[in-house]
Amino acid sequence: MSTAVLPATRHPEARRRRPGQGFLLAGIALAAALLLSVMIGGLETSPADLWHAVFTPDGSVADVAVRELRWPRTLNGLAVGACLGVAGCLTQAHTRNPIADPGLLGIYSGAALAVVAGSLLGGAVLEAAPAQAVLAFLGALAASALVFTVGSASRHGVTTVTLVLAGAAVTALAGGLVSAIVLSNDAALDTLRFWQLGSIAVRGGMLLSILPFILVGLALAALNIGSLNALALGEETAASLGVDVRRSRTLGVAAVAVLAACAVTLAGPIAFAGLLVPHMTRWLVGLDYRWQVPVSAVLGAAVLLIADTAGRVVARPGELPVGVLLAVLGGPFFIYLARRKKLVTL
Amino acid sequence: MRGWVLRIGQASFVLRPRALLVGGCAVLVLLLAVLAHLMFAGRPLAFGEVLTGLSGGPGAPSRLILQVQDFRLPRTVAGAVAGACLAVSGALTQNVARNPLATPEILGVTAGASLGAVAVLVLAGGGAGGLSGAAAAVGLPLAAGLGALLFGGGVFLLAVKRGSDVLDSNRMVLVGLGATAVATSMVTWLLTLGDVTNAGQALTWMSGSLNGKDWDTVSPVTVVALPLLLISAFVARWLLLGSFDDNTARSLGLPLRWTRPLLLLLAVLLAAVGTVLAGPVAFVALVCPLAARQVTGTVVAPLGVTALLGACFVVVADLVAGFVLPQALPVGVLTTVLGAPVLIALVLRSQRRTS
Repeated sequence: MSTAVLPATRHPEARRRRPGQGFLLAGIALAAALLLSVMIGGLETSPADLWHAVFTPDGSVADVAVRELRWPRTLNGLAVGACLGVAGCLTQAHTRNPIADPGLLGIYSGAALAVVAGSLLGGAVLEAAPAQAVLAFLGALAASALVFTVGSASRHGVTTVTLVLAGAAVTALAGGLVSAIVLSNDAALDTLRFWQLGSIAVRGGMLLSILPFILVGLALAALNIGSLNALALGEETAASLGVDVRRSRTLGVAAVAVLAACAVTLAGPIAFAGLLVPHMTRWLVGLDYRWQVPVSAVLGAAVLLIADTAGRVVARPGELPVGVLLAVLGGPFFIYLARRKKLVTL
Repeated sequence: MRGWVLRIGQASFVLRPRALLVGGCAVLVLLLAVLAHLMFAGRPLAFGEVLTGLSGGPGAPSRLILQVQDFRLPRTVAGAVAGACLAVSGALTQNVARNPLATPEILGVTAGASLGAVAVLVLAGGGAGGLSGAAAAVGLPLAAGLGALLFGGGVFLLAVKRGSDVLDSNRMVLVGLGATAVATSMVTWLLTLGDVTNAGQALTWMSGSLNGKDWDTVSPVTVVALPLLLISAFVARWLLLGSFDDNTARSLGLPLRWTRPLLLLLAVLLAAVGTVLAGPVAFVALVCPLAARQVTGTVVAPLGVTALLGACFVVVADLVAGFVLPQALPVGVLTTVLGAPVLIALVLRSQRRTS
């Protein structure tokens, strides 16, 4: 699926922004997003209420809303956004393909299949939020493990082409099975249609149990950063520069799988974040992966929280799920980014 | 170059024996597939019964005529036309995107059509009764067509950047992805609004189904589809040069400024027509052009063979999915499950050949 990699001509009008400035901007955006996410909700709260809830809580309605509903939800969004941002960035780095997202590894369809199969086989027992989360997590990991095994079966180990193909195959097969199940079983369909919305509200209680996996994923990603700039020059060049390509690929794919599985467990499939965030990151800090990966984490969290907060504002007193808002707001912005640059190349 | 050159005035065509042979075989296979579909889509009919029903002679029982001409033929025609449109659209998209794995789905057409169809099913369907009457016959295809044109046209307009020299393939793909994300997320949300029966109908539509097609939908869409297929036969000569990189194509005399947007427009329209007719049947647009290239051994997928293969694929898949499997499934589910391994085999084969 590698789109033609065209020479990276720099647009003459392109303003050179220092990566540090981009990082700072992303940080400011995240701080603002955190604040808004805690402040805005179905219940109107003033900054004074917020202060009260943080420093002198006494169990008032506003205190409870802020401390027990919005704060966990915000933390959840932070974690999911960071996971998706880093996973998306690593996916695009390893495939050298600006249209790749973590869904490439079959993560979303694997999770969907597990959730649907759980509903079919286990009924109500397996539809409770924690059981569903466990199923999604296992399904996502199983799918990515399958993709990786099939994709690395060739003589050369994991190559981008075999990985993309294996991913397409597993995605298609899982998708076909999901369709076959939900078309013949209304209960499973009911489960699927709400699960696949993508929301950071309902599955908030899972964060603590998922946190170790997130940390592992981030650690793997951090270990991977060092070789990404060399890999961007192509496998052969990277190898001649001393990069162990096979090890780096394995590390990167493992990081993407773990991070995206965590995200899909906590929030359902929010696939577009994994595509949008890396593009925004490149727009902010340029092509150096030592900046791109950390900024993707920060920016991912900020974008997700802003979309989630917007979902609470546009549909007051109800809300729209973050997955919908993210695509509806992020889609046009993504198109703007695509049109603005002369070329989006990797 | 293996083949004969046929000149009529200024126009010249290269006739390649292998492509002609493959095309002939594909026509035969398509005829057989259509016949099998008419015979076995439902209560099995004998060959003679199908012929009697089709010809509708004076002695033919009216029940048989009704069964063959009004119940089965629209479904068969819908499958064949939709398959041909989607396959050709795939070939054009792959050429414009200069990516052998591109499909019309990246043009936003499929997602837009789904958005239109699901909006009608969920918002106008109401209750468990679902659609009936005018809303079902006209509203659903119309909404799907409008959605497809809106999103496909939007992607087309946004991808063709004013002032830039040619349509940039990478930009087109990215713009299409953005538009697809918007439409898909709205579909996901709409699915949670109605009751589960409507969601089920919507999901059936979205997986690509030929169930319950009648002439009211099929004939007008077919009337639109055939001229589009004919036009694509005329632009096919741009495809070979267009598959080179931009500078080479231009220096060989291809006016990329015009050809690429026109090919894209044609791809959008064909995908819209195919999707309106059968829903977004997966993998037809991806696999058929690749398969056509493999069997004819040409660099660029010959559009005629591609169209024939697409028609065969959908008709046969619909027969198997709907009437052979123990549980009837929409055709799109089967094309997905079949298409993925075929795609992988094809790509691995072409990889081995190039390396």
